[in-house]
Amino acid sequence: MTTLVPLTVAVPLVAAAAIAAFGRLSPAWIDNLAATAVAATVTVLATILLVASAHQDTIHWFSGWTPRHSVAIGIAFTVDPIGAGLAALAGALMTAAFIFSWGYFEEVAHLYYTMMLIFLGALAGFALTGDLFNLFVFFELMSVSAYALTGYRISQPGVLQGAINFAVTNTIGAYMVALGIALVYGRTGALNMAQAGEALAGKRVDGLVIAALVLLTVGFLIKAGAVPFHFWLSDAYAVAPAPVGVLLTGIMSDLGLHAIARVYWDVFSGATVGHAGAVRGLLVGVGLLTALVGGVMSLLQSDLKRLLAFVTISHGGIFLVGIGLLEARGLAGASLYVVADGALKGAFFLAVAVAVIRLGSSDELRLHGRGKHRRYLGLGVLFAVCGLGLAALPPFGPFLSKSLIEEAARSAGYGFAVPLVTLATVLTGAAVLRATGRIFLGLGPRREPLLSAQPDEPEKGEPEAEKSRRTRIVLLLPAVALLVIGLGVSLAPGIAALAVREAARFQDRAGYANEVLRGQLPPLAPLVPHAYAAADWAWGAVSVAGSLGLAALLLLRGRLCLFSRRSRFGLLRRPAGVLTAWHTGAIGDYAAWICAGAAAFSVVWGVLLR
Amino acid sequence: MSYLPFAIAGWLFFVGLYGVVTSRNYIHLTVCLTVMQSSTYVVLLAIGYRNGATAPIFAGISRSTKTVDPVVQALTLTDIVVSVVVVALLLSLTMDMFTRAKTVDPDEVRELSG
Repeated sequence: MTTLVPLTVAVPLVAAAAIAAFGRLSPAWIDNLAATAVAATVTVLATILLVASAHQDTIHWFSGWTPRHSVAIGIAFTVDPIGAGLAALAGALMTAAFIFSWGYFEEVAHLYYTMMLIFLGALAGFALTGDLFNLFVFFELMSVSAYALTGYRISQPGVLQGAINFAVTNTIGAYMVALGIALVYGRTGALNMAQAGEALAGKRVDGLVIAALVLLTVGFLIKAGAVPFHFWLSDAYAVAPAPVGVLLTGIMSDLGLHAIARVYWDVFSGATVGHAGAVRGLLVGVGLLTALVGGVMSLLQSDLKRLLAFVTISHGGIFLVGIGLLEARGLAGASLYVVADGALKGAFFLAVAVAVIRLGSSDELRLHGRGKHRRYLGLGVLFAVCGLGLAALPPFGPFLSKSLIEEAARSAGYGFAVPLVTLATVLTGAAVLRATGRIFLGLGPRREPLLSAQPDEPEKGEPEAEKSRRTRIVLLLPAVALLVIGLGVSLAPGIAALAVREAARFQDRAGYANEVLRGQLPPLAPLVPHAYAAADWAWGAVSVAGSLGLAALLLLRGRLCLFSRRSRFGLLRRPAGVLTAWHTGAIGDYAAWICAGAAAFSVVWGVLLR
Repeated sequence: MSYLPFAIAGWLFFVGLYGVVTSRNYIHLTVCLTVMQSSTYVVLLAIGYRNGATAPIFAGISRSTKTVDPVVQALTLTDIVVSVVVVALLLSLTMDMFTRAKTVDPDEVRELSG
């Protein structure tokens, strides 16, 4: 079984090299077929690993360099179900993206497939590795391929601006990660996470450990797009080509959060055990702020891709709350949420791309009423289901995940987080449902001065009349498949109980270290069946009803009444204007925000963790 | 252990970051990023440094000879390789930017905002 572990990363990388070498000679459809097959293979491999790791981590030591006398010498991939699940999600999203590319691009260079497969290999490696420096290398590899892919279809300066903002901010994040890893190595002499965690456990937390924790956390939060490090994300995701955007919005940001959970639990939790309150408070606070800022900003967008970028930011905040609660149910909820929401966001990104092809724009206002014809019924239903899914419609995937996070919040004494998380899903759900109503029902006004419009993409692909019926099905099929995964994940029997048990195992640092370094398995906790509380259903109903209600209010009361000067609801106009004005698109401002955010993290943890 | 290398690394990181924040030219900005990157090399090498130790080439030296830590040197090399890719990519994006927008000033390209 352990031989499958490196294959998950090696197969896409080798295939990428093969396509780079021979792709010029073969016709494009062969490249696509090969790439699709590889992505599907990765999905299958990761799913096998997910099942195999359900009771104990699957650990692969490269070249057989196993630990001697409990000291890690070699480099290990340590596969836990959460990491394997993320790798499987990456594979599934990539498969969907390749199938979609088949109908989407008229012609595409073979290097596109090379870069996509490198991206996939890096995503999988990042999710599976148990070594800090490995983590950094895969972080950089996935970043670099993502920068290149974002700027891939260069049509206008806006695309380049988005790609450069993405590259510069994430590179700063990567340097912070590198510095943090160097400090951990300097203190512990170990790059293996379990080994470093053993060395730090029980020791006093001093300035160096805090500096390492801040650098690693902030570096990964930049990738995750947490406020105030999120500015690049809305720029980059709004310009990325559709198949690339699926991966960016569906998995890449969330892997940043996974890395924080991984590094915190495996390396630092033994040292900060007496100060868990400070860690929890800051992470949950940043998560809530991110969820709300992203939610409000998504309501203020008229470009659908940018809208989805802010949905990604907002829901990333919710995941951070789940992880930051430092509770098994919270982490389980966040992990399930990443899968459910990642598939949903991927489906919505593809639906938007189909709207661009068939309706001619990704701008909600420009598309006003264009989707009213019966032909677009399927697309409209897809939009609406995505909106309801993002609003955590019971009893589907996001609802289960959100309920787990809320249960964790209540038991950790963070009950106030529940209405705030629900508010975030109300805002993001309403943003998508409003767009659906405007495009497919022709509701609402044609002009909204406060919505920030983006330069529209030039029309992609052939005009609709020339698209054959088969091509249209190929374009919609991956989105529908992703939707089924995202909504259906909660319906698998016993999934919640399994997720909670595996999350508890993930958070058991000593157990992980024993397993990796000494091969001793900790006793397996019994499965506790999960039952929804009445409050879960209530908040689920509030979320869906709130989203529908807010969307209807915004469409029917005209001119975005919540933000208008004349309306008595207009209280939000000012703060909304200020919030929008901060998103300047200037890289210098973004770097300054990173500096300020990192300083805030240093001060809070520097004072509270000692 | 001396604190000097760490102070220098901090200085390099912040002076590079200051450059990124204030830059009016994408090429200059890329160079500022490499200055920030240098701080990681300095930290890595400082961590592996040992007084009076020799280079970590193990052929022909006795087992008792002190050497500096070879691991951080490998890490630094990897770090350099990775950053070269980033720099190359940023510079090529800058060239594309110049052909399309006829400028390399970040403040003159403000297509995305709000």
